[in-house]
Amino acid sequence: MLNEEKSRSAEKKTKFYNIHERLGAKIVDFAGFQMPVQYSSIIAEHKRVRNTVGVFDVSHMGEVFVRGSKALDFVNHITVNDASKLFDGRVQYSAMCYPDGGIVDDLLVYRISDDEFMLVINASNIEKDFNWMKENNKFDAELINESDDYLLLAVQGPDSLKVIQKVCNKNVDLEYYHFMFAKIAGIDMIISRTGYTGELGYELYFKGDEADAEKVWNALFDAGKEFEIEAVGLGARDSLRLEMGFCLYGNDIDKTTNPLEAGLGWITKLKKEDFIGKETLVKVKEEGLSRKLVAMISEERSFPRHGYDITIDGKKIGHITSGTVSPILEKPIALGYVEKEYAVEDTRVNFNIRNKEVPARIIKLPFIKK
Amino acid sequence: MNIPEDLKYTNDHEWIKVEGSTGIIGITDFAQGELGDIVFIDIDPDQGEVGSGDTFGTIEAVKTVSDLFAPVSGKLVEVNEKLQDEPQLVNSDPYGDGWIAKFELTNLDELKNLMDAGAYKDQIGQ
Repeated sequence: MLNEEKSRSAEKKTKFYNIHERLGAKIVDFAGFQMPVQYSSIIAEHKRVRNTVGVFDVSHMGEVFVRGSKALDFVNHITVNDASKLFDGRVQYSAMCYPDGGIVDDLLVYRISDDEFMLVINASNIEKDFNWMKENNKFDAELINESDDYLLLAVQGPDSLKVIQKVCNKNVDLEYYHFMFAKIAGIDMIISRTGYTGELGYELYFKGDEADAEKVWNALFDAGKEFEIEAVGLGARDSLRLEMGFCLYGNDIDKTTNPLEAGLGWITKLKKEDFIGKETLVKVKEEGLSRKLVAMISEERSFPRHGYDITIDGKKIGHITSGTVSPILEKPIALGYVEKEYAVEDTRVNFNIRNKEVPARIIKLPFIKK
Repeated sequence: MNIPEDLKYTNDHEWIKVEGSTGIIGITDFAQGELGDIVFIDIDPDQGEVGSGDTFGTIEAVKTVSDLFAPVSGKLVEVNEKLQDEPQLVNSDPYGDGWIAKFELTNLDELKNLMDAGAYKDQIGQ
């Protein structure tokens, strides 16, 4: 009954790997890294983040630095959002597209100064993205892939600020999607008020070895003891983001989907001058979408999973891209693409789960109202 | 790893406890640990007779769905109702309150094909 998934072919380990082993984490291959999928229970870890605070090792994510007088021009050419709106200390959610409008990756753009940006990309796409950046570097910006040097912890949950503030050498007073430079446990880092959970949360970018990793980790866990701070694995990271309806590259978005149909029109600035994919996306917008990513919920006892069909009266109208049973709502929830005409709130649809039609309906995101 | 001596085990990480001609079936401690949080158990209570190795239901964990296989031939007579509301019992008490189904066994000879605790322990490398 068990699908054998325990291959340990992944080469890379993060600097927190020894800590994960010590905590008894279940380790899986993810994007070439040996990553903790869970420590105790995905559901318990999920609730820990919603209720108090949890810590994720997401050091597998990639960091590319763009430097030089043409750094902004490069970023604006290669991403769909308008990076000229950024100021020092500001973060922006964005995406890179191919000329045909398909998505290369979604990413975070950090403006460190007018001639330095940090692009944070998905672990599974680091090589592809970096090559894409180099191929399209018509401005000759300096591009440096520092993914292997950076450690990244996400501290997420309503008590996250209290924990961070206890161990940070500066007053942490950050608005959403803003960042600062400060020290924790004597180590220089970027503290960014970002995350992938929908909760108040911070992400800590820093360089160092295993000993530095231990220092920061221990400082956070000592400070977080009173909030029952816990390590959280990739399993809960996925269910937390899904409850908010955040897209996951490889599931909900990829090179076959464009940002408009994925509900990412809000980051796609079609009025911006020249960017890769603009021509196609303008045309897509004029001609209208053929399908849209929607959120669905069911009252049944079933588990919608990636790849299952979405049907109405036995006719396929789309497919599920992400699904789970929400640990908070205790109901099946899913994201999926459906033909445009059905992408209307309250439309009754079915999940086709192993040839059973399971009733569900389309709702507005997020699943969890914050 | 808990592997009770008085049970029989299958390659699919299920256990069976035989009481007279009744077999109580569940999944092993090892299996629940590998699957992680169990969220649904789906078994048609009216399916009647199933053959050894047949699928009689599915078990949904957060990460994956797996089939449940009949360790031996029999007629499904009871499904653990408690699991409807508390599927996590399979995680917390896999050999007790987390039992899954009861079968009226139709061919007791088939029990010989199953593993004892020692053999199962070897299989999972404990």
